[in-house]
Amino acid sequence: MTTQQSHNVGPSHKSVEAGVTTVIGLFGAIVVYGSVKAGINWGAEGPKAGFFPFYIGLFIIISSLVNIWNTLREDDGSLFAEWGQLRQVFSVVIPTGIYVGVLPFIGLYVSSMIFIAWFMRWLGKYEWPIIAAISLGMPVVTYLIFERWFLVPLPKGPLEDLLGL
Amino acid sequence: MEEIANLFQGFAVALQPFNIAVMVLGIVLGVIIGVLPGLGGANGVAILLPLTFSMPPTSAIIMLSCIYWGALFGGAITSILFNIPGEPWSVATTFDGYPMAQQGKAAEALTAAFTSSFVGALFAVVMITLVAPLVAGFALRFGPAEKFAVYFLAFCSFVGLSKEPPFKTIAAMMIGFALAAVGLDSITGQLRLTFGSTELLNGFDFLIAVIGLFGLGEIFLTMEEGLRFQGGKAKIDLRVVLRTWMSLPQYWMTSLRSCVIGCWMGVTPAGATPASFMSYGIAKRVSKNGNNFGKGEIEGVIAPETAAHAAGTAALLPMLSLGVPGSPTAAVLLGGLLIWGLQPGPMLFVEQKEFVWGLIASMYLGNLVGLIIVLTCVPIFAAILRVPFSIIAPLILVLCAIGAYSVHNSTFDVVMMLVFGIIGYALKKCNYPLAPLVLAIVLGDKAEEAFRQSLLGSQGSLGIFFSNTLVSSIMILGLIALFWSVIQNGFTRLRTRTAAA
Repeated sequence: MTTQQSHNVGPSHKSVEAGVTTVIGLFGAIVVYGSVKAGINWGAEGPKAGFFPFYIGLFIIISSLVNIWNTLREDDGSLFAEWGQLRQVFSVVIPTGIYVGVLPFIGLYVSSMIFIAWFMRWLGKYEWPIIAAISLGMPVVTYLIFERWFLVPLPKGPLEDLLGL
Repeated sequence: MEEIANLFQGFAVALQPFNIAVMVLGIVLGVIIGVLPGLGGANGVAILLPLTFSMPPTSAIIMLSCIYWGALFGGAITSILFNIPGEPWSVATTFDGYPMAQQGKAAEALTAAFTSSFVGALFAVVMITLVAPLVAGFALRFGPAEKFAVYFLAFCSFVGLSKEPPFKTIAAMMIGFALAAVGLDSITGQLRLTFGSTELLNGFDFLIAVIGLFGLGEIFLTMEEGLRFQGGKAKIDLRVVLRTWMSLPQYWMTSLRSCVIGCWMGVTPAGATPASFMSYGIAKRVSKNGNNFGKGEIEGVIAPETAAHAAGTAALLPMLSLGVPGSPTAAVLLGGLLIWGLQPGPMLFVEQKEFVWGLIASMYLGNLVGLIIVLTCVPIFAAILRVPFSIIAPLILVLCAIGAYSVHNSTFDVVMMLVFGIIGYALKKCNYPLAPLVLAIVLGDKAEEAFRQSLLGSQGSLGIFFSNTLVSSIMILGLIALFWSVIQNGFTRLRTRTAAA
């Protein structure tokens, strides 16, 4: 497979892996920086707070260097994923992001109803009656199991206040 | 003899009606979790953990461990019927299980899988019953240096035994340690790595990481394959079960070998997945039917299933006796112990006898109940797979959100769960193992504490880890595990050279 072809179908595995490894290496650098700020040598009561994480950060950087060297050295030309596949993944990641983002404001029950209904309509192309049954049924069952039987409170929004639940 | 008496007391605890009900509920939930893609043992247990906060700890651990057994059983169903491994450890079961199903021998394959799972688990539980109290008694004498050596051994065996590249395993593990270090330092009381953020004061909870990495990450991976997902029918009748059982004893050698492999791989935290592959590989090489492996040989179902279940069960041995979990699911159970106010480790056997032996007794009963349930209810569980993924996926995502929220009643955790989900997807795609990352988050603080306390005792000299025979032998075992693949390569090269000469 030539590089040009693989660019059309999707990102190459090599470039994505190099990116992920670089991010991990940067994370290691942040850990080292944070540890140095917390103090990495010995204090009055032994090793300071940054002592252990400092070496952890160093390990992350070193192993990332080895990994990135291995990644760049071997290129089998394989794809990370096809663009179509990535679109499928993002069609779940983005709505989940919105769901998680609005959850604190409108409560878990309402946001879950909308999320399930959206998912079934958009990706599953279901008829409205079955969508209504599942998207309303799930929060009700959740309410009964969590709040009533096991006494675990879940986040609520304005609608629940209105209903006095 | 004292252990036998304790075990019978344990049975008395496990046989209380409420605990039996909890056991059956746990198994059924567990099989469902094992059958569904995106819900595995570890994050299934993590999501349901908050439900047990209001239960007595013994009932809670019985329910959660039964979910784990159920998930181990459930993985086999989808592997055999649909060639879709519900769990990573049942990948090896698809090699021969699915061809058997295609030849119309699905019922035989399922019976063989469930029965060998049961045999593997039983072997491991007997081992736990006999060995765990001894290990715990031994571990009571451990000082901080020995404790750190045990953690060192655990993490080294990850690097040496996992099939991923060693430096990727190390990177994943160190990310876990770094995440565990964020927040309040337990020894000096100082803040570190929070960079001024109040949300990070308490650090990262590994339960959130488990739900994100294993739950959401898995859903994202499944989405790549699209939403197509077809189910099928399956039925087992008693005649087939009895006939298969009659044929099983001739494979006793394969079973026994797989049990031993499973127990070994479960105790060292390599886990059920490599155990099942290793057992399958060895069975293929040793068996006289080896050439038929992959074409629907019943021995090819027995070997991986026995080993996976033995490993999954044996993973609880180090968790109970040393406080070092042998698998991500065992790590979640360990997190549960901490939440219920129990300190895992050797003191459990002294202070919480009823809890420990109730749990061990429930392992015997839970696996028996599990075997009966899966044998009788296979059609129902197989039917679950006929529910399309576009209905299952949003329900699982909502369940993950509920689970993540209810750990600390915090919506920030739900956001973190999504972040971990994306990280999990990226890491999994790039061949980084996730299990060491999770175990490092769980054990990070304890390993660090043991390390720093030992250094305090020795004024900063690393010689403390080789100061007596006990600690140095554990450390040397760890080093051997760390360089295991290098040692193995050296041996093979040496052998080929002598063969050539």
